[in-house]
Order: sequence, then structure tokens, then C-alpha cells
Amino acid sequence: MSNIVLQVEDLHTSFFTRAGEVKAVDGVSFFVREGETFGIVGESGCGKSVTGLSILRLLPEPSGQVTKGKIILEGKNLLELSKKTMRAYRGKMISMILQDPMTSLNPVYTIGDQISESVRLHQDLPENMVEGEVISALRLLRIPDPEVRTREYPFQLSGGMRQRVVGAIAMSCRPRLLIADEPTTALDATIQAQYLALFEDIQVKTNVAIIFITHDFGVISRICDRVGVMYAGKILETAPTRDIFKAPKHPYTAALISSVPQLDKKDEKLFSIEGQPPSLLHLPPGCRFQPRCTVAMDICKEQEPPEVKLDENHSVSCWRVK
Amino acid sequence: MVIEKGKKKKIYTGLKRSTRIIRNLTLIIPAAILILMIIVALFADLGWIGLPDIGLAPQDPNATHPRDKLLPPSFMEGGKSDYFLGTDRLGRDLFSRVIYGARVSLSVSLIVIFITALIGTILGILSGYKGGRADAFIMRVTDVALSFPGLLLAMLLWVAIGPGYWTVVLALSVLGWAGYARMIRGESLRIRESDFVAQAQVVGATTWRVMFKHIFPNIVNSLIVIMTLQIGMMILAEAALSFLGLGITAPTASWGSIVADGRTELDRAWWISAFPGICIGLVVMAGNFLGDWIRDKLDPRLRQL
Repeated sequence: MSNIVLQVEDLHTSFFTRAGEVKAVDGVSFFVREGETFGIVGESGCGKSVTGLSILRLLPEPSGQVTKGKIILEGKNLLELSKKTMRAYRGKMISMILQDPMTSLNPVYTIGDQISESVRLHQDLPENMVEGEVISALRLLRIPDPEVRTREYPFQLSGGMRQRVVGAIAMSCRPRLLIADEPTTALDATIQAQYLALFEDIQVKTNVAIIFITHDFGVISRICDRVGVMYAGKILETAPTRDIFKAPKHPYTAALISSVPQLDKKDEKLFSIEGQPPSLLHLPPGCRFQPRCTVAMDICKEQEPPEVKLDENHSVSCWRVK
Repeated sequence: MVIEKGKKKKIYTGLKRSTRIIRNLTLIIPAAILILMIIVALFADLGWIGLPDIGLAPQDPNATHPRDKLLPPSFMEGGKSDYFLGTDRLGRDLFSRVIYGARVSLSVSLIVIFITALIGTILGILSGYKGGRADAFIMRVTDVALSFPGLLLAMLLWVAIGPGYWTVVLALSVLGWAGYARMIRGESLRIRESDFVAQAQVVGATTWRVMFKHIFPNIVNSLIVIMTLQIGMMILAEAALSFLGLGITAPTASWGSIVADGRTELDRAWWISAFPGICIGLVVMAGNFLGDWIRDKLDPRLRQL
């Protein structure tokens, strides 16, 4: 078994607003191994992206704060690092790919300038070697004609190409951990498939650990090794991808998977989960999924279910699972 | 919907030939006026490169000729060929005074624009990007600066440090940055939310780096437009201060002070106030037209129309 790169333990992140404390992430624990892709899947607003931002410590200040927990990257708790050290970690140790390739490149600089920024910030290289690094980053993302591309501006590239450039920036210093926050959402289906293949390729070449944030189970099944299903700030079920599709244990996971359209079930009406996710300002007592759960019991309304470990890689928080 | 090839092309270059020429004229004429004025100001005399005897001004602007008081311009009846635009109450050559006045008026306005844009940009980006307390503080100071009467400040400075060239520069700069700060803050707020700013933070860029390498280049366009539009405003402000006697002191000529000089002789010698007045009007108009033209060119929303 390969090394654990990142271990998140009991992470709580809150936003302090006028209306009160919004518990965006409410006790999340997971880990990622070297060369492994861990998927975080969930509905909009369930705290997926906030988890990613908490790891990078780039929460919007001063309202967003990590209130509890540990984020351990290769033995160091990121929450205890000084601001300066944390800045040195960003880009070098952890990197992130943002959702929208149309706005995540600065329109006034060339592609080469933007990739070399990260290279210059983190690697003490003589100036004549920077360009080589930039081109090798572009090659890693399989961007054709890297020598030409470095001199082009973002507006000259297509959406898919831009997202590859964003990937090249993120990977330019060969980080240990890459957080990809819905990187394929803004791409169309064919480009999306290519981009996902690229991720696997990069992972084989660099052995980087990837946290893949998405709401799309199709993407999860395509590239993730293990998945955490997140709901209202908490991970309800963690399991290897294969197990979660074959035998989901949590009612929410099961409901989510049955609401994915499938080719062989043409005539049936698509399943959907009744109701809305709870407000993070006023969480219901007991299990947070209980108001929408079809198999809820009395105890679900009173006590929050503990996390049950089914085996080494599979854990669930549900009273139905014993 | 069928789009015919020929028609589409016609829509694309839809502007009439005459309209296009007029649009270009709004660049050429103001730019020519400003460049001409700057050349005149620079070459009034060449003392600054060691050639005090050569220059555009035919005479010493402060030399008085008691026998040639209030002469009309040379092209009018009674004018002397020595004095192209006539003379003032002390017999000084008006043409030379207007030429030297250009130097003072233009340099004051350019220096003030440079200082205020610099301060306003730094504070505006800081305020917009940092947000929070820094933003609240800077914006309250900006509110004060915007609401403080400029004339009162000019008078206070006039009393406190005495009249002079640098007093005018100071009086105009102390409050002038506020407008820039407001505008730049707004732009910074907008750009701060762009993903490329987040991307820069993700790769570990410092706050200063994000502010001046990522946000600033995206604001430059708006800044240039405002700076150009300010040329006219600052010329007017300097002229107003000098006209009121709070600005450049006698005998130094600035356009505003020459207009003020001529005021008492307006019924007998209209030319004293008229010619520097025309210069002020020309430069202000040129600045505004040029600013509008640059804005049209740099604003992508307008460019597509």
C-alpha cells in the first residue's frame, strides 16, 4: 500500500454571517494516497469546494474559518503553518484546478508568462531554464506545439485548451497533491473525456495524489479510486468506487446513484430525491439526511449516526448499517 | 434565417464613409492640438538644454514696454508687428506670455495628474482587493476628500505656505486622488472575483504580487481614459485658482493669471483675456475628445457596436 499524502481529520469549516454560523463543513475526515484519486461527490452547496479551499487555506476572510480539525500533508499540519510557509506550499506541494477555464487565466499575459510565474515563485532556476520547465509542463498536459503556445494569449485558445493550460500551471512544480474542483463542468462531453484521460496519464507520470470534486457520478466512475459522498457538510459514505456503485450502503448514496440516467433503462421515469437539502444554519437534529430519507427510523430523528467501518476502505454513517 | 453574404459584409462595415472620417478626426484634431501645445510649452525657450537665446517666444514674457501699453494684435488696426497678439497694461508681449503660460498650465496639470493617479491607484487597488477594515478606512478618507471644498483648501494652503507653483500642485493633488481611488476600487472589486486571481493565489503569489501583477494590468485601460479626461479638468482648475489669485503669482504667466490680468481692461483690450481663454478652451476640448476616443477604443463593449 502506498503512502498517505493527505489526511484530513474531523475538519470543521464555518462561515460567520450576520444570520449566524453556517457550518459549511461539519466534521469531514478522509485521506488520499500517493498516486490515488479520491472523489468528493455531492449536491451543490454541500461543502465540496469549501473543503478544497480549507485545505489550501484560501477561504474568504474574515468570514470563513476552519474551527476544528487537522489537515496533515506528509506529516505536517497545514493549519499550524505560518502564512508565509503556507504560501510556499501552495503551487509547490498542493495545487488546484478551478472550474471555469474562461476566467481562470489572466487575459493580459501570455500562456508562457502565466506558467512561468508559478515556476519562478517556487523553483530557484536560472532564467534560461524557466522556459524549458514551462514547455515540459505544457507537454505533460499534452498541449500540441508548446513552443508556439507559450507566446499566445488566453483568448487565442479554445476552452479545452485553456483548461489544459490551467492544468499545466497547477502541475508546473510537480505538486504532491492536486485538488481539481469540477474541472470538467464547463467542458463539453468529448473534451471532458479527453481531459479525464489526461488526468490518469498525469497521475501515472507524476504519482500525484488527486482530490476530484464533482457532482457527476459519471466522472467519478471514470477516474476515481475511492469516493466520499458528501451531504450538508458531512461525508456520509466513503468507499472504493467499484463498491459504491455495486453495493451502496447509505440510503443517500443509493438514491443518488439511482437518479443517474442509464442507457439500458429507457422507459422508466428517472428517480429523484424528494425535498431539499437542509439549511446549514439550522441543521435538523439527528441524521442530516433523515427528513428526505425513505427508510428513516425513530432513532434517526434523535441521534446522529456514528461512522461504522465495514472494512478497511468502506465506512458509512447510518443507523440502518450495522 | 438566411444571411446573404453580401448583406452581412455591409452590416459589418455599416458606418458611412463620412462617419468613419469624423471618428478619425476626433482623434487627429485633439491629438494635434495637444502635441502642438506641448511643443510650444517645451520650446518657449531652450534654456533647459543650454540655448537660452533660441525659442518660440519672440520676447521676454516679463519685459515691460511702457510706451506700447494695451496695443491691439498686429493684424488689427493700430497694432505693431513686434507684438503679434498685442500687449497688456504694462506693455508686455501677449504672444510670449501665452507661450510661457502654456508651460506653466500644462506642466501643473500633467504633474497633478501623475501624482493623483499614482496615489489613487495604489489606494484604490488596496481598498478593493483587501476589503474589510482597510477598505472601510480608505473609502471614508476618500469620502472626506470628495466632499471637502477644494477652494477652501487652496486658500488654506495659500495662507499656510504662501502662493506659488508648488502650492497649486499641492492644492490640486491633496484632494484629486479621491476620484481615482473610487473608480479603481470598483474595478479591483470586479477583477478580484475573477478566477485568475484565485489561480494566482493557488500557485502561491503574495498579496502585492496579485495586486500589481494581476489586477493592475487589467485596470490600466480605465486609468488611461480617466487620466486623459483629467487633462482638461486640471487645466481648468489651475486657471481658476490663478484667476482668483490663489495660484501662480505675478509676474509669472499662466493662462489663468493672464485671463485675470485682462479682466480689468476687458472693455478696452479684449485680446488680453481672449487669447489665453481660447487656449484653455482648446486644450480642455482636446483632452475631452481624446479621452472619449481612447475610451471608445479600449472599451470592448463599445468596440463591438
